[in-house]
Amino acid sequence: MARIIVITSGKGGVGKTTSSASFATGLAMRGHKTAVIDFDVGLRNLDLIMGCERRVVYDLINVVSGEANLRQALIKDKHCDNLFILPASQTRDKDALTEEGVERVLNELIHMDFEFIICDSPAGIEHGAIMALTFADEAIIVTNPEVSSVRDSDRILGIIQAKSRRALNGGEPVKEHLLVTRYSPKRVDAGEMLSFQDVQEILRIPLIGIIPESEEVLSASNQGNPAIHLKGSAVSLAYEDVVGRFLGDELPLRFTDYEKPGFLKRIFGAK
Amino acid sequence: MALLSFLFNSKPKTASAAKERLQIIIARERSGRTGYDFLPALHAELIAVISKYTKVDPKDITLSLDRKGDLEVLDVNVVLPEVELRP
Repeated sequence: MARIIVITSGKGGVGKTTSSASFATGLAMRGHKTAVIDFDVGLRNLDLIMGCERRVVYDLINVVSGEANLRQALIKDKHCDNLFILPASQTRDKDALTEEGVERVLNELIHMDFEFIICDSPAGIEHGAIMALTFADEAIIVTNPEVSSVRDSDRILGIIQAKSRRALNGGEPVKEHLLVTRYSPKRVDAGEMLSFQDVQEILRIPLIGIIPESEEVLSASNQGNPAIHLKGSAVSLAYEDVVGRFLGDELPLRFTDYEKPGFLKRIFGAK
Repeated sequence: MALLSFLFNSKPKTASAAKERLQIIIARERSGRTGYDFLPALHAELIAVISKYTKVDPKDITLSLDRKGDLEVLDVNVVLPEVELRP
């Protein structure tokens, strides 16, 4: 049975697209046929993060409006054979994204035997964000340990609980997961940053992972490679853990404790 | 004093302030998020139904939603016009 997962946050710039790209890639690397859809009509960026921007011919709106079929619009990932990207339209009006159209595309993907369909939501709580979460079975709420991000996450949780198809049909609610990104254990240790326990206590949803703040994320996006491909880096290991937990593995949290540098390290100023 | 605080690196711990502020604002926003945006429509329909059977001033039909602890009470108040009783 296919699972539809929305990656959302309310606030912009917290790492939705970075997380969508790495999460979808991680699922595909574990052997699952996965599609990742960019819902940010007018501001498409998933194609850049996945490194397939020059191969975009048709997009989600073309498929929704019947100008292209789904197979024409899906772009096969350059690393994984079982990962496909459906880009957002850069030029069209976002109102072209109709609920019926989105439902039809999702059903067609399920017919094509996709196991996981990842919906990369735009920021905000407007039409595009609502369309991305409407059909979700599960939601990953991307949150930075920072006041405006936490507040917006709570807001988007309220919208999922009010407007998703599952909420309206009165069935089992959307399964919610908290993903804390750009986490700096050092600053948490210094009392300058909310801890993940604080964030979780406020939002009251189960934690699926913590992605440490890292300069490497920028170098990955510069090259159009999802951060999970940064072999051996803390960020890629943290994303692999998120995928593992999502698939049911029991994994302890990593990269959450700050080790004070030793005397020599402080003297010689190691980074 | 400045030298002391430099040596002991005593920056103010602002994370606890963030947590406290968030807890207060989110509790307030959650309490306003009950999904009762049907009240205006319900009000209009009630006026229509009641006016079908009796002459009533729309101003005399009031709706209010109160929260008492865990309970939510929908209070509908209809003031019927005074009717002169025939002898």
